[in-house]
Amino acid sequence: MTTAAALWWAVVASGIYHGVNPGMGWPLAVSAALMERDYRNLYKALTALAAGHLLAMAAILFPFTALLVLAEWQTRIQVGAAILVMALGVYLLINRRHPRFLARVPPSRLALWSFLAAMAHGAGLMLVPIYLGICRTVETDAGHAAAGDLMAGNAGTAVTVALAHTAAMTLSGGAIALGVYHWLGLKFLSKGWFNLDVVWALSLIAVGGISLLSLH
Amino acid sequence: MNLRPDPTFHATPKLAMEAPAETLAFTLMLSPDGSQPDGLAVVDVDPKSKTYGQIVHQVIMPNTGDEFHHFGWNACSSALSPLTGHAFLERRYLIIPGIRSSRIYVIDVKEPLKAKIHKIIEPEEVFAKTGYSRPHTIHCGPEGIYVSTLGGGGADGTDGPPGIFIMDCETFEILGRYEMDRGQQDKHYDFWWNLPRDYMVSSEWGLPPQFENGIVPEDLLSNKYGHKIHFWNLRERRNVQTIDLGENHQMALEIRPAHDPSKDYGFCGVVVDTTNLQGAIFTWWQKDDGTFEAKKTLTIDPRPEKPENLPPLLQGFEAVPPLVTDIDLSLDDKYLYVACWGMGEMHQYDVSDPMNPKLAGKVEIGGIARGAKHPNGKDFAYGPQMVEISRDGKRVYWTNSLYSTWDDQFYPGDDGGQMVMANVGENGGLELDKDFYIEFPKGYRSHQIRLEGGDCSTDSFCYPSV
Repeated sequence: MTTAAALWWAVVASGIYHGVNPGMGWPLAVSAALMERDYRNLYKALTALAAGHLLAMAAILFPFTALLVLAEWQTRIQVGAAILVMALGVYLLINRRHPRFLARVPPSRLALWSFLAAMAHGAGLMLVPIYLGICRTVETDAGHAAAGDLMAGNAGTAVTVALAHTAAMTLSGGAIALGVYHWLGLKFLSKGWFNLDVVWALSLIAVGGISLLSLH
Repeated sequence: MNLRPDPTFHATPKLAMEAPAETLAFTLMLSPDGSQPDGLAVVDVDPKSKTYGQIVHQVIMPNTGDEFHHFGWNACSSALSPLTGHAFLERRYLIIPGIRSSRIYVIDVKEPLKAKIHKIIEPEEVFAKTGYSRPHTIHCGPEGIYVSTLGGGGADGTDGPPGIFIMDCETFEILGRYEMDRGQQDKHYDFWWNLPRDYMVSSEWGLPPQFENGIVPEDLLSNKYGHKIHFWNLRERRNVQTIDLGENHQMALEIRPAHDPSKDYGFCGVVVDTTNLQGAIFTWWQKDDGTFEAKKTLTIDPRPEKPENLPPLLQGFEAVPPLVTDIDLSLDDKYLYVACWGMGEMHQYDVSDPMNPKLAGKVEIGGIARGAKHPNGKDFAYGPQMVEISRDGKRVYWTNSLYSTWDDQFYPGDDGGQMVMANVGENGGLELDKDFYIEFPKGYRSHQIRLEGGDCSTDSFCYPSV
């Protein structure tokens, strides 16, 4: 497998990882459908959750797209991003407290909640090293490309990364939500929910670490 | 923190009903004259156990004069909402406020037979961080542990209105006041909510000078106790509507929303109607436009009685008022239990149609000028008061004390703390269990009951049953 293919699979895998975690919101889609006794609400809720998540990915990836204009600094940007992701992982390992402001978001604003939850847990940041890696594979022989083309290419990659990740997240979370709604029942929620706080923090550190190693 | 959600957290009320039955109950013991410290009794309620129906452990507090009343868990089924972000908390600590001292105890009951004090929050800290006093109802919700209070600041608790404050659900640190806009709310008692619909309902008893030294008859007859219920936007912390039940409906106490969050109604019990001494149940509901309405859906008539049989307080009325002091709703939202503390009766109403409660069962025990005995032949002091229903809805437990000074006014000369249990019939009906009768140690009265693993007045569910 080429580096590029591996990185794209990482984008999808992280989406599935986020999607199946109840903490990223699929139980809210089940609840929305049950509250009104209408399964269409499940799709509406999933759409809102996806929109929020997508926005959070974009909000994190685009600033790095802009930074990549400084083409000769690319390695330094990658190192910086990797350290940032690892630092967040270490912070989440030490501080296990759940951000309290999330509890103030009303249940009717699922997109906002999804956006804030993704931001607070560094879901977007986890994608940054992967995204920067992809940009690098695309540009290996584009070293002399004009800055404008470079920017457009990287922006396009950012959009694709965010979309692919969010699609994977929504499909996997949606599949579980549908399964619970139609067949499994809500007992699955308390049986199938694992505390991934530590795993999550370690994942951030791992993504940053692998990225750092690959630069050498 | 657990690696999996606590097995006593349930997504829906239906799943909670299917969970294993309770084997232990926690009941508060209070010393009415403050001569002994208050305590928590751990009661064996497992019929298969050798110590069934006995107090198997006591946690006695290091202070006197707390007056224990209501209490609750640090975490409940509400933790299963991803919005809350507390899915891996343990249901492990009981939060017990003293309504006379304003002191709060956090009791670790992970090993119930070795239950012990985990933390004590001194009254000064409650006053300093909240400006409130006399903490009362406990619920665990989105932002942590919510505590309602009956008093504001100052020595007699009338310096500013009482309200709700929030505690951290892990460190038990007091975070501060809940309200951003309290509207007309100037008294407080109970509160509960519908989490997915994001509203809270609160009720009113009276201010501390109206209850601490006993009921004030002049205040009651001039309708000065609480008679309003307040509806709040839960997460905006804003009072969005106040409904006046009518000033004659004195003391709107317990708020019991339907457990299934897809149902948008609930109940409130009113102690006494000053025009006719009736007790009443109001049904409140949310309309399609989001506003609320309330309607009196049940009245319970007083019982005529000769003045010489009555306490001085009631002699002029020549009747025993029902005094609806506590209500509780089964997890299937089918039966509402109504404690008529004055008459000495526990009523069971079928509220399948919440606008039309139907009497389905009744038990007589204790009561003013009646003193009905337990089926085992023993006395039951006062009347049925704090009531708690098992999750499966098959057993109903209750104790007998209302509030130290009020017990003495309505039942002068009575004494003792008891806890009894009644079995619920297959199609309703209520019958006292002759083998379950707990006498609390001498000098103690008993108040609220909590059941191991949650009960019908602690857990808030985030998902509908169907």
